[in-house]
Amino acid sequence: MSVAPALLVQNLSVEFRTRSGVVKALESVSFTVAKGETLAIVGESGSGKSVTAYAVMGILDPAGHVTGGTAMLGGLDLLSASNAAMSEVRGREIAMIFQNPRAALNPIRSVGRQIADVLIRHGNVPRKEAPERAVEMLRAVGIPDPSRRAKAYPFEMSGGMCQRVMIAIAIAAKPSMLIADEPTTGLDVTTQAVIMDLISELSSGTGMATIFITHDLALAAQRADRIAVMHAGHVIECAATRELFERPRHPYTAELIAATPDRAANLDELASIPGALPDLRRTDLPPCRYSERCPRKMTECDQPLPRSPAVAAHMVACWNPLR
Amino acid sequence: MTVLLDVAELSKRFPVGRAVGPIERLRRRLRGGGPVHLPHVHAVDDVSFVIGKGETVGLVGESGCGKSTLVRAITRLIDPTEGSIKLGMRELSLVPSRRFARDADRARIQMVFQDAGESINPRFTSFDAIADPLRRLKKLRGKALRAKVEQAAQQCGLPAELLGRFPHQLSGGQRARVGIARAVAVEPDLLVLDEPTAALDVSVQVVILQLLQRLKEQLGISYLFVSHDLSVVRLLCDRVIVMYLGKIVEVGPAREVFEHPLHPYTQALVAAVPSSDISGVERLRLLGEPMSPIDPDPNVCRFYGRCPRGVDQCKGAMPVLRRFGNREAACHFTGEKEGL
Ligand SMILES: Nc1ncnc2c1ncn2[C@@H]1O[C@H](COP(=O)(O)OP(=O)(O)OP(=O)(O)O)[C@@H](O)[C@H]1O
Ligand SMILES: [Mg+2]
Repeated sequence: MSVAPALLVQNLSVEFRTRSGVVKALESVSFTVAKGETLAIVGESGSGKSVTAYAVMGILDPAGHVTGGTAMLGGLDLLSASNAAMSEVRGREIAMIFQNPRAALNPIRSVGRQIADVLIRHGNVPRKEAPERAVEMLRAVGIPDPSRRAKAYPFEMSGGMCQRVMIAIAIAAKPSMLIADEPTTGLDVTTQAVIMDLISELSSGTGMATIFITHDLALAAQRADRIAVMHAGHVIECAATRELFERPRHPYTAELIAATPDRAANLDELASIPGALPDLRRTDLPPCRYSERCPRKMTECDQPLPRSPAVAAHMVACWNPLR
Repeated sequence: MTVLLDVAELSKRFPVGRAVGPIERLRRRLRGGGPVHLPHVHAVDDVSFVIGKGETVGLVGESGCGKSTLVRAITRLIDPTEGSIKLGMRELSLVPSRRFARDADRARIQMVFQDAGESINPRFTSFDAIADPLRRLKKLRGKALRAKVEQAAQQCGLPAELLGRFPHQLSGGQRARVGIARAVAVEPDLLVLDEPTAALDVSVQVVILQLLQRLKEQLGISYLFVSHDLSVVRLLCDRVIVMYLGKIVEVGPAREVFEHPLHPYTQALVAAVPSSDISGVERLRLLGEPMSPIDPDPNVCRFYGRCPRGVDQCKGAMPVLRRFGNREAACHFTGEKEGL
């Protein structure tokens, strides 16, 4: 890749210490995102998409521990940076939007004030100018009648409107990187399309790097430049979007594509994936966490997983890949 | 096609704002004003459609368009303001909702909810969850009850050893099977499914959809399938009903509607469906918000203001559903360029 990565994550491992055992939530996760690029992270529920985002943002649950790896943003390793350095980075350099915007917003502060707060704290905007700039931000994210809406509280707005406000807050300080964790789950498809357009425009217009987390493969296909597929805490494949769909190499990726209903002509054409994610608390997890579900398993599969470097054009973690 | 459910001119309006007490009402009447008019949300407005025996009908539209209210009226959880709901020969809209719970026809309409984990009593084992409607509605006990529960579980691919488990001990897919088994156990004629796979991963979703397809073929049940996911509706449903702000704007065979939508709202809806077929990304976008559902002008098309077409005629006359072959659409301009 010719463009310098905005974010380079290498061998990120995360564990949660719980009463019922240690959850090995992420193991040696590696990927990169370039300036102006959108990387989608896809996978089934529990595959580790959110934990990856939280680890990079430094907002893991107290039970969670980064047990290895680096996440380089510019010259800074986000995983070993001090709390003070990280709270500077969050908001100014990396911003995150969440699935449930209403819960992430402050319910007792008007949305205009919330945007103004970020502008003052992270955006070097003088206090006096902030309210006016907040109204401009609302206009920029497509909210009609923004000066009136700035005075509204989150409960007075629809889900789609709240998500736009979240986006306005996230981009207020012009971050170089945006992490969007299921930003449109629960919204109508028509609203989803508008919100996703907005995110795409922001990243192409400002050169912002975007990590877009979703369980919807069709949406990832439509919106991402590259896709990383996660399964049980591993990135099992990562490639350019078209390449991934046309030539999936990991058997799990191929199955996921075959299970996605948007292109099928009838229900029987859809493939189901046998088995479920393994319990990540197990002490005898095999090196390939898909091997117990995999129809292509061979004896080699008990060896440590082959991993191509994070910067490889088409990365696959499998001993017996397709084609 | 034999008609199973016949819904005609159904409306449901909810009063909004402060209710006026009896004294205030009397005072206003003495002052000589007419009857007090409270503002109302027109959640479902003059909706008519049929579901045939063994037919699967999809119901789509954005959140707040009235899908859930319509479903709650049909399943008789709420009373409609106007209109009729006929199941076979029986007029159900005349039975008050609180009496319907004990009605002889209660078993004929069953519901499956979005997250079976939340709609099933957490203290019920799978067995109890499936047995509960059989006890209440079919008065089954003892051996007959056990046999029926086991049969329903088997039909839905739920292994017998899971019948003793509680919801939190089941996977999402297994809970969905319990929710479906519970509904089909009483042998309903109509199954209303409200986003049954929305909380499931794709790999599990496929299995549940295939199960629903098989059950419908085996048992001849009719489905009303409410969903946000048009890709799924296209695969499972024979016909689809599209709603916008309380009104039906389009009806037709599912495949035809999605391939060639007639109404401008359906066109925008279909264009917004993400597809991994990235060859042509359509850019038809619905901007703005829907108009207020509180006492909307009966002479203005509900889609006016958001519709890319929107001319004077649209705010002078409400378009009605018109027939085009085997399809229907409620837009003044449908058919003009199709030459239908
Ligand atoms: N606070 C926690 N304590 C213990 N385990 C946790 C915690 N948070 C996450 N995990 C575990 O980490 C793994 C990855 O979870 P994560 O939330 O990242 O999945 P996800 O891919 O985001 O799923 P979804 O699509 O459901 O959002 C799961 O096994 C989960 O149970
Ligand atoms: Mg998540």
